[in-house]
Amino acid sequence: MTTKSQALLNWIDERFPLTSNWKAHLSEYYAPKNFNFWYFFGSLALLVLVIQIVTGIFLVMHYKPDASLNAAGVPVAFASVEYIMRDVPGGWLIRYMHSTGASAFFIVVYLHMFRGLLYGSYRKPRELIWIFGTLIFLVLMAEAFMGYLLPWGQMSFWGAQVIVNLFSAIPLVGPDLSLVIRGDYVVSDATLNRFFSFHVIAVPLVLIGLVVAHILALHEVGSNNPDGVEIKKKKDENGIPLDGIPFHPYYSVKDIVGVVGFLFFFSAVVFFAPEGGGYFLEFNNFIPADPLKTPPHIAPVWYFTPFYSILRAVTYPLFGLDAKFWGVVAMGASVVIIAFLPWLDRSPVKSIRYKGPIFKGAVAIFLVCFFILGYLGVLPPTAGRTLVSQICSVLYFAFFLLMPWYSKLDKCKPEPERVTFK
Amino acid sequence: MSVDHKMDSSRRQLLVATSAAGGVAAVATAVPFVASLTPSERAKAAGAPVEVDVGKLAPGEMMTVEWRGKPVWILRRTPEMLASLDKTAGLVSDPESEKPQQPEYAKNKFRSIKPEYLVTVGICTHLGCSPSEKFKAGAESGMGPDWVGGFLCPCHGSQFDLAGRVYKSMPAPDNLEVPPHKYLADTTIIVGEDGKA
Repeated sequence: MTTKSQALLNWIDERFPLTSNWKAHLSEYYAPKNFNFWYFFGSLALLVLVIQIVTGIFLVMHYKPDASLNAAGVPVAFASVEYIMRDVPGGWLIRYMHSTGASAFFIVVYLHMFRGLLYGSYRKPRELIWIFGTLIFLVLMAEAFMGYLLPWGQMSFWGAQVIVNLFSAIPLVGPDLSLVIRGDYVVSDATLNRFFSFHVIAVPLVLIGLVVAHILALHEVGSNNPDGVEIKKKKDENGIPLDGIPFHPYYSVKDIVGVVGFLFFFSAVVFFAPEGGGYFLEFNNFIPADPLKTPPHIAPVWYFTPFYSILRAVTYPLFGLDAKFWGVVAMGASVVIIAFLPWLDRSPVKSIRYKGPIFKGAVAIFLVCFFILGYLGVLPPTAGRTLVSQICSVLYFAFFLLMPWYSKLDKCKPEPERVTFK
Repeated sequence: MSVDHKMDSSRRQLLVATSAAGGVAAVATAVPFVASLTPSERAKAAGAPVEVDVGKLAPGEMMTVEWRGKPVWILRRTPEMLASLDKTAGLVSDPESEKPQQPEYAKNKFRSIKPEYLVTVGICTHLGCSPSEKFKAGAESGMGPDWVGGFLCPCHGSQFDLAGRVYKSMPAPDNLEVPPHKYLADTTIIVGEDGKA
């Protein structure tokens, strides 16, 4: 480095911790050298967050959160989305990036969470990383749900109607709570405007704060790896983990490969299948919201369907409270229970590589149930399907609630001393 | 440097007292923000009664009108439809309309003022979708051979009979709501006003 730029850097470092932060989080953050394919999804989630924020900023320049009808009898909000799609130069591309980004966000986050499940990344000392992550998932669901109301189509309207009514199932405070969420006695212009405000300002701020906390907690304790052994246990004479390599340049470069691969698929969807077969953008949402008529078949967007199936699976009243209330409780619990994994898993090893057949079988059953619940959630309910979703819901909860026992009983293989690497 | 470790308790008390007062003020600031989330005066004022002419409704036909942003159904029931209510009485969870889902004057077997006309809010009591018409009886309805006609909520499968009574073991806990209404003339109904309130 030339002396002039070095002098400038010194000048900054005396006033702002630039070099020390660069070192702490990038050039001297030592990550295990055995990261595999599954470790792409953290950085990809960050990429999708950036895509959503940038495309969102530009969409807000043309979108109008207004439920009143224009001269043609179409809600202004719905018409402004069509305007973005048809008349704003490049608008269609920005909007498709945003709508595809929503689904991509969940795909990436689900894979990222599954990675954590496979390699025991939630185990001590990473409990707080996992809790922040669960909160990110919850906030992301809120963000996606509120964003889905904005186009003011039929699915927007009736989806919001159903979800807001979930809150009215809570005894005593429920009806008032849903009134405060809607700001009206029905989903209306007031609801649209506040969801716009939350979607664009409040929730993204919380999301970014949680992401920062998630990464700070990670960099405090260090990354887990596919072997689930702590690299900090074996250090060289300089105190650097023997199996660690600096995040930059090694993983920054590796992650760029992941980004390229991801953008390959992402662009393919944006340009050739932006509706995602009716799963990314539901067909009924191309019809303006009609408060008098529910479409004959409504289903949430795909990423909510496993939890929606659990909601629908509860059909029995209990303790004098409606089935509706218990359905809401079950759905809420199915998300919140994820946060408790660090204390439910009592296995002596972290990674699935060294766990025994019971745990592997449990993960397989859990995965199958999750997919079945997701699939049933997009279909209209029948007696048979309800029974299947009830069985899968029980197995979903059993995976978590029985884990303290089966993870202890399991015959695990011994963990290696150091990470394995080919 | 000598440091006096003795705590000045009067200063500490002042500190605690001002912090507490500041805290109360900070919390009180939340009041207007929370209040702004509740329905506005304009939203409260909306929802004027709706006058409906049901004279053109043929037997077995249903019309939908908007009242307070919600669909209100007016179904002119045929004698067969009315007879079906006897068959469903044993299958529904609240056959006598015990729960306060209707004004006193509609708390009867037909859940209506005149048996012929059912006036009900077309919003499922589960999560607020609008149920679909399944008026045809038997297998033709797609609801199984024992179906006598009624409504099916597309969202979570709740079933209602032709008086808006919910079947047993359905996600929906209550019968469909009958709004306050009265007859202004033989075939003119006003929804949202019954002269009682």
